[in-house]
Amino acid sequence: MVKQITVLSGKGGTGKTSLVGSLAALTKKTVMTDCDVDAPDLHLLLKPEILQTEELKASRVAVMDEEKCIQCGKCEELCRFNAIEKLVIDPVLCEGCGVCVYVCPVEAVELRETISGYAFISRTKYGSMSHARLNPGEENSGKLVSLVRQNAKKIAETENCELIINDGPPGIGCPVIAAVGGVDIGLIVVEPTLSGIHDMKRALGLLSHFKTPSLVCVNKYDINEENTDRIVEFCRSNGVEVVGKIPFDPLVTEAMVAGKSIVEYSPKSRVSEAIAELWKRTLKNI
Amino acid sequence: MIITVASGKGGTGKTTVAVNMALSLENVQLLDCDVEEPNSHILLQPRIHETKPVYTKFPVISEELCDYCGKCSAFCAYNALFVAPKTVMVFPELCHSCGGCALVCPKNAITEKERQIGTIKKGEAKGVEIVYGELNVGEAMSVPLIREVKKQIKNNKTVIIDAPPGTACSLVASVHNSDYCILVAEPTPFGLHDLEITVQVLKDLGVPMGVVINRAGLGDRKVYEYCEKETVPLLLEIPFSKQIAELYSRGIPFAVEMPEWKKKFQKILDKIER
Repeated sequence: MVKQITVLSGKGGTGKTSLVGSLAALTKKTVMTDCDVDAPDLHLLLKPEILQTEELKASRVAVMDEEKCIQCGKCEELCRFNAIEKLVIDPVLCEGCGVCVYVCPVEAVELRETISGYAFISRTKYGSMSHARLNPGEENSGKLVSLVRQNAKKIAETENCELIINDGPPGIGCPVIAAVGGVDIGLIVVEPTLSGIHDMKRALGLLSHFKTPSLVCVNKYDINEENTDRIVEFCRSNGVEVVGKIPFDPLVTEAMVAGKSIVEYSPKSRVSEAIAELWKRTLKNI
Repeated sequence: MIITVASGKGGTGKTTVAVNMALSLENVQLLDCDVEEPNSHILLQPRIHETKPVYTKFPVISEELCDYCGKCSAFCAYNALFVAPKTVMVFPELCHSCGGCALVCPKNAITEKERQIGTIKKGEAKGVEIVYGELNVGEAMSVPLIREVKKQIKNNKTVIIDAPPGTACSLVASVHNSDYCILVAEPTPFGLHDLEITVQVLKDLGVPMGVVINRAGLGDRKVYEYCEKETVPLLLEIPFSKQIAELYSRGIPFAVEMPEWKKKFQKILDKIER
């Protein structure tokens, strides 16, 4: 059985992708995914060569033929998304439900399929990668995440990989739920700020809601050690293991500017050592 | 005037900019539309005077009236209904509450019920009126809650909207109908990449925009070059500073401790109004 781990955070920008980029360099027989489909960044570190591209058509949008419209106003009256105003459809507000099409007595409205985004299967120097790109402003990020994970699973099976590491999106909503469903472990990256702690608690709540075992690692732990102690204490009293603490180091940004993970850029740095250590402890839980 | 603060990439400082700007202006209403992980209230510590649950509708099938014709599930664009030979399964978390299933049911067997998806809180702190939404943990859809938060907009105030990260539907719902969008970007490759996607969304929506560069001094110059090339105005630079990071970690808006910044945030509004 292929094991799966998702790196998440609740709050954005805590270092998920920088960590996952480093884990790619530390593991073998692993498929990497980027489940942050509307702001993906992992490819900037792993530089994938795209082998396959797949279109996801999951959205529909209502389009009105003004010449056929008899201005009865039924569509506007029944649209729950307030997407029709003075008989003009706002494609931004339209959720493609089809109520307007159904109630129109003269077939003046139709639904058109739109492309939600693209899923990619790629090769990197660390192994295969499954990722995607949601079209700007689109819905259905959850469906695209599910497609990324299905693709990763197929690759893992054909290539005999033992592990899938998912780089998760921020938040706790639709795409995050799609990124944590059925995984063996959720690893939360938290920064020792009050906002970070607040958001970590909600992310832990999400994992426990879906009965997913959780681990925590503190990034930039030394920017506020008092808050780091609070995180460790909170996790201890809730039975969550803190697998590591990563120090703040501008080298991480330097590595990113060079298009590399920190483990690759500066393998002997304190950050790289902390990541190697936390990964060892994470693997013991899988 | 409605100004949305957005970023694409998470953790670039949207909430920092939104809250500090709100504290620097007069007659302000701050709306936190990052309903999955709202943080504005952590920095503002408002006194909450109203809490109200937000509901969404979902279908309930009368087993007595239903003859399992399957028209409802065929109509549903979100796979929220599944009709088996002798039963109908409803998945409320997939339902967008369009009401279509009840419309198409030939037996009038479908009614709608409400369930809570989150909460709206209203409060006040340091002269700033704040409204924020909190999505229930485990709930997938944030857009209906974002729309409820935005219904609280007061037109006689300067409204600042703290948007969620990302470039998907929740950003669009937050920024829709805004007069201006402030993009907060980090001068790093990740920051640049996500800024480019967000600029695309805003161009598609036709919302004018400008950039605040946060943690200036880190990373490289590529974000600056991009803004110049795309003629997106640079509104403000906030330097990478240990003091600002430390204040943030303790939940303190830096313009409170460093009041000289209030003028700089006021100037952003001047630039926008011009």
